[in-house]
Amino acid sequence: MDSVFSNTLAAILTIGIISFLYKDNPLYKFCESLFIGVSAGYWFVQQYYANLLPKLFDNLGITRLLGAENVADGALQNLFVRGQWDENLLYLIAGILGVMMLLRLVPQIGWMSRWPMAFIVGSIAGLYFITYFQSNAMRQMQNTILPLNSFNNLVLIVGTVTGIIYFYFSKEHKGAFGGAARVGIYFLMVTFGASFGYTVMSRMSLLIGRLDFLFGTWLGLVK
Amino acid sequence: MSFFETIANIDRRVIFLFIGFAVIIPVLLSFSCTEEASPIVQAIFDKIESLPEGSKVLMSFDYGPSTVPEIQPMIDALLRHCCEKNLRIYMMALWGTGHNLISESMVDIIEHEFPHKVYGVDYVNLGYKAGNQGLINVILTDMKKMYTTDAVGTEIDAVPMMVDIRNLKSFDVILSLGGGFPGVKEWVLFGGDPGNVPVAGGATAVSAPLLYPYYPRQLLGLLGGIKGAAEYESALIKGYPKFKTHSHPGIDMMGPQTVAHIVIVIFIVIGNITFFVARRKEGDERGERGILK
Repeated sequence: MDSVFSNTLAAILTIGIISFLYKDNPLYKFCESLFIGVSAGYWFVQQYYANLLPKLFDNLGITRLLGAENVADGALQNLFVRGQWDENLLYLIAGILGVMMLLRLVPQIGWMSRWPMAFIVGSIAGLYFITYFQSNAMRQMQNTILPLNSFNNLVLIVGTVTGIIYFYFSKEHKGAFGGAARVGIYFLMVTFGASFGYTVMSRMSLLIGRLDFLFGTWLGLVK
Repeated sequence: MSFFETIANIDRRVIFLFIGFAVIIPVLLSFSCTEEASPIVQAIFDKIESLPEGSKVLMSFDYGPSTVPEIQPMIDALLRHCCEKNLRIYMMALWGTGHNLISESMVDIIEHEFPHKVYGVDYVNLGYKAGNQGLINVILTDMKKMYTTDAVGTEIDAVPMMVDIRNLKSFDVILSLGGGFPGVKEWVLFGGDPGNVPVAGGATAVSAPLLYPYYPRQLLGLLGGIKGAAEYESALIKGYPKFKTHSHPGIDMMGPQTVAHIVIVIFIVIGNITFFVARRKEGDERGERGILK
């Protein structure tokens, strides 16, 4: 009985979303709003229990301070009760940066949100710099240095070189250089075409998934 | 109004209707196609096949409900293969939504089809941890720094199959199944390359083209969209015929997929013919008016 109700509800919501293909309508608006609300709620709860609670409140000892009994002492208890330094106190800095991020909502002191943003941008850039250089530059170049003993290798090398030539704008695309750039365009076109084909396949898979649910799981018309 | 003018001004809803029928009819008729594993898919199958019993496979569920139709068939086939080969499966998620999907896969595939498998000995659910690529960066050197318990709260050292796990290098292969960021690419960049651990991936068709440059040296193999899933299912059935009676949604979905693609190709061809006919007609009219000489 439960599955009949949940399947019917899911079917109504699916039909509501698909109805947008005909034209915008109140059922679609309702389903869209419901989806956004449920997603936001889900992510908030998920992030609270995965991040805020264990990493910030538990590690600092705030949950213990608020009376929770099944949680061990945190950094604040270690510092003020036992007089011991606890490295979990560093989470306090993360917590302060998190609060500063929210200050964006207060126009008068909104500028403070730039500091945590700068921290995030800086650390992510640093993390990616070496990794990208190693994996996306060095290893990719290494992957392109291939013997010309097969058609696949030939296509790969010609495609890479002519593609790079197309994006080289310091020299006018004329003569042999222009010809190579033109070949590069053809390779790019094939890439875009393949990408488009894959995108169609992806969207079709989602449509098939929903229609299979409607006609199979819900209506039972598929054997 | 000529045929081509009618086509040029056709209501887009008519096209939707055609696509709808192109999918609904094969779904109702259970029309499916025969699949053969391509080298990029076969490479993953062969890798799993070559692993000795008890090898450690890290499977990352980096996707959400919106991409379940594409990714879940890959997960199901890979789990069946790993269980059949008696490999140890470590399941984790870089996406918050992956946590529940691990639980569902555990119940539907492992507990239902391989009831003799023991939790904590043959498979474990490490759950979701926030941190994206930062998380991979940490577990590259120290797994237990991030995973102090499993998903149900058991102390990590009390889980038998976690005892000899130190970091990512402890695993024989990493399988990342995902549909975006963080996903297969992050596993290659932050896990596979620096740790020199083989990484294989399964990705939504949208993100698959961006991953091909990593194959075969940085990425062992790739299941691209539902076609990749169908190919893996067919390789699994070929290797283990007993799985023919199990569900194979990837292969089932390739029938409607093929028909829908044929309809789209026909529309693209008609659209192009219409465009060139209209351009030629416009050129003729302008020539008659003396605009073009």
